[in-house]
Amino acid sequence: MSFVNAPIRKKDAMSLVTGKPVYTGDMIPQNALVVKLLRSPHANADIESINTAAAMKVPGVCCILTWEDVPDARFTTAGQTYPEPSPYDRLILDRHLRCSGDPVAIVAAENEAAADKALRLIKVQYHVMEPLLDFTKALDNPILVHPEENFHALCPVGADNKRNLCSTDCFTVGDVEQVLDSCDVVVERTFNTKANSQAMMETFRTFSYIDEYGRLTVVSSTQVPFHARRILSNALQIPKSKIRVVKPRIGGGFGAKQSVVSEIFPAIVTLKTGRAASIIYTREESMTNGSPRHQMQMKVRVGANRDGVIRAIDLYALSNAGAYGDHGPTTIGLVGHKSLSLYGGLEAARFACDVVYTNTMGGGAYRGYGATQGIFAVESAVSEMAAKLNMDPCVIREKNMVAQGQTMPTYYNEPCNSCTLDKCMAKAKEMMDWDNKYPRRVLENGHIRSVGVAMAMQGSGISGVDIGSVEIRLNDEGFYTLLLGCTDMGTGCDTILSQMAADCLDCDLDRIAVRGVDTDFSPYDTGSYASSTTYVTGMAVVKTCQVLREKIRKAGASMLQVPEESAEFDGKRVFVPGTEKEISLEKIGYASYEGHNRCLSASESHSSPISPPPFMVGMAEIDLDPETGKVEVVDYVGAVDCGTVINTNLARVQTEGGIVQGIGMALYEDVQYSHSGKMENRSFLQYKIPSRLDVGKIRIEFESSYEPTGPFGAKSIGELVINTPAPAIMNALYNATGCFFDSLPVRSEDIFFAMEEKK
Amino acid sequence: MLITVTINGKKYSDDITPDLVLLDYLRQKGCYSVKRGCETSNCGLCTVHLDGKPILSCSYLAARADGHAVTTLEGLQEEAAEFGAFLADQGGEQCGFCSPGFIMNVLAMVRELKNPTEAEIQEYLSGNLCRCTGYQSQLRAVKNYLAHKQEVQP
Repeated sequence: MSFVNAPIRKKDAMSLVTGKPVYTGDMIPQNALVVKLLRSPHANADIESINTAAAMKVPGVCCILTWEDVPDARFTTAGQTYPEPSPYDRLILDRHLRCSGDPVAIVAAENEAAADKALRLIKVQYHVMEPLLDFTKALDNPILVHPEENFHALCPVGADNKRNLCSTDCFTVGDVEQVLDSCDVVVERTFNTKANSQAMMETFRTFSYIDEYGRLTVVSSTQVPFHARRILSNALQIPKSKIRVVKPRIGGGFGAKQSVVSEIFPAIVTLKTGRAASIIYTREESMTNGSPRHQMQMKVRVGANRDGVIRAIDLYALSNAGAYGDHGPTTIGLVGHKSLSLYGGLEAARFACDVVYTNTMGGGAYRGYGATQGIFAVESAVSEMAAKLNMDPCVIREKNMVAQGQTMPTYYNEPCNSCTLDKCMAKAKEMMDWDNKYPRRVLENGHIRSVGVAMAMQGSGISGVDIGSVEIRLNDEGFYTLLLGCTDMGTGCDTILSQMAADCLDCDLDRIAVRGVDTDFSPYDTGSYASSTTYVTGMAVVKTCQVLREKIRKAGASMLQVPEESAEFDGKRVFVPGTEKEISLEKIGYASYEGHNRCLSASESHSSPISPPPFMVGMAEIDLDPETGKVEVVDYVGAVDCGTVINTNLARVQTEGGIVQGIGMALYEDVQYSHSGKMENRSFLQYKIPSRLDVGKIRIEFESSYEPTGPFGAKSIGELVINTPAPAIMNALYNATGCFFDSLPVRSEDIFFAMEEKK
Repeated sequence: MLITVTINGKKYSDDITPDLVLLDYLRQKGCYSVKRGCETSNCGLCTVHLDGKPILSCSYLAARADGHAVTTLEGLQEEAAEFGAFLADQGGEQCGFCSPGFIMNVLAMVRELKNPTEAEIQEYLSGNLCRCTGYQSQLRAVKNYLAHKQEVQP
């Protein structure tokens, strides 16, 4: 019996497709107060005065909080392991407003209409200051985003609020300048990527109440329940022991919910009033004050010999933290580590970076987490190098790609234990019929059909930091309870980890009852981010099952009154081979509920010293109308090495979904600001995510390696898959037009004008 | 104002405010499958049937439903499970938040179109956004479901 590597239906699937009330917003208590936020109309302003008297008189208004009512202790809302690399730069409400939409006041009322009316009646006098919006001018700008004295960073990330610096870093391998000087050809280009909204279908939402023990219970759509507990404690200045966080089903996260965006507001209302309270962000709020991908500018220099051997890459990245530094110092690291490491034979490499504050929306975690931006820049530069050398862009990659058995000096010197990037390339070329389609052909209607390629990698958890823990209990009748601390946000980790447990325990999938996450009873897990659940928590499942099997075997032996070492366990019974002696798991389960001192449960944790990269090759075929610049991705193929595929359906859907998000990033998605710093595209009318009419064929194949440190040989899948579309589509656009595109998103008009200029 | 609406076969009479949208009215009535994903009629999450035809309940006043029959996924549990099984077999529900609105539209499509082509399917369902799946698994599920329907009732 094997559930691993099979297309298993998600355990919660049928409740989701029949519309059961399993999300945060479906569970809000009837008497909960409705919490709404008064948001700043200005990108940089101080509150001179705030008058809530008229608003408080609105019938049904229960509580209005301003900066004077909240603790004066700064914290970060980034869901990261303590001590967080993100600087402590926030208050729940601050007198200094640092971006448009920053919260000015919290209103709680019996109903939405009363809350809305109160919002309109709060009188605020602002001292409006010039905003700092251009992140390329932020460093040492006289406008300081965080002039406050109590700004502090727990980790030495190079933060200096008096320079608008959130963090800075640099690493080098070899002598980059010397190697670049001796290269036959050097490509140099600056790339720009914009902020992107995760646009998960369920916006940020939370409700809170005081439970029967007098503790604050916070039910929230979060990827990081345990981090949320700590962050709530930091923000509210109450002990962690007084807080419980519960995660129901999540309507998508993609990293957005790795920050504590909505949790604090109802929580402080509940603390102040003793009442249950709830907040549901509008789509507009989720867009204007969420936790989007960091906008970046990257300068790349790639040096190669005429034969196409890439010898050195130099990469500098500037990242826009926005008003708050959530995930700023860490996303930037992936820009370098997870792009340069695609190339195995570099003689020298350098990555330097600065993350700066501006008066735009604070950034956060979005699938790919910096790797997406870095891979776009480096892969685009490598394709340009191929063009300069008159070389097929696949061939230059085949010559230089990282290979299994190498050590990766730009990837924390970790070993490349498992890698089938070469097979992925061969498979993708076959799927796309690359050799016949490259570089382009012109159709009868004048449209240009061209193809483009890119490679990608990611990690599997954070080396030496992330922890996955599970607990498995044997119950009467011989079924198991699997308690998880990681958060299924639609990805299916509850099911995937159950599949692993069923295989490890030689039982049917239905014998595993799975449950997550409640910080009061789930074992500690850092949460679902950094592509960690399959690889890190999966190993915790494997280890826990090993321990539990031993306990069951020993319990059975004791019940059979035979020496422990003579007994075996096959998932259904403990028995002594070659004899009639056996006892069923069912009986052992019942016995474990009856007067003795050996509870048949196990809980193990896992943390990995390495973060094995999954790899993939993506190829885009585009249809370009040269008269208008309109481009359609008609076919996209992905060949993926995520190690052993645990659930073939879910891995495929992850890949298809990630590719479509990547296509959106490449061609449409663009967070824009007005001159005064107001985020402009604040709805699905203005911020376009791909609809099903925008997507052509997407075809996926797996070329599995075997990762020896992963559960069943698995690595991660979730983030990797967003990284190839932007560079692959840019490569296809070059092959169609001869123009290099270096700033995302590339819109039809950009293509049209670039082609006109070239004429 | 007083309205009388049949929701999933059961008649309700309620005194409502004129600005109450159907989406909020339905959730007040316990129809939690009806989700809000935007404020601009773009996402399709709130799709319900009004007299059998799909509408966006976020931009439809409850007052306009007076005298009409509204169906939500709660009222189509058998069909939801039947098609939903095809979706689940592709892993195409993912986070599931868009599934109810999407399924309401699929069920409306099946009633409205005979043997739809792939282009017709994509066109009909284009108002249902999904951020998780990239739509491929949903399309596979719809095609498998239609083929199954053909087999059962040709």
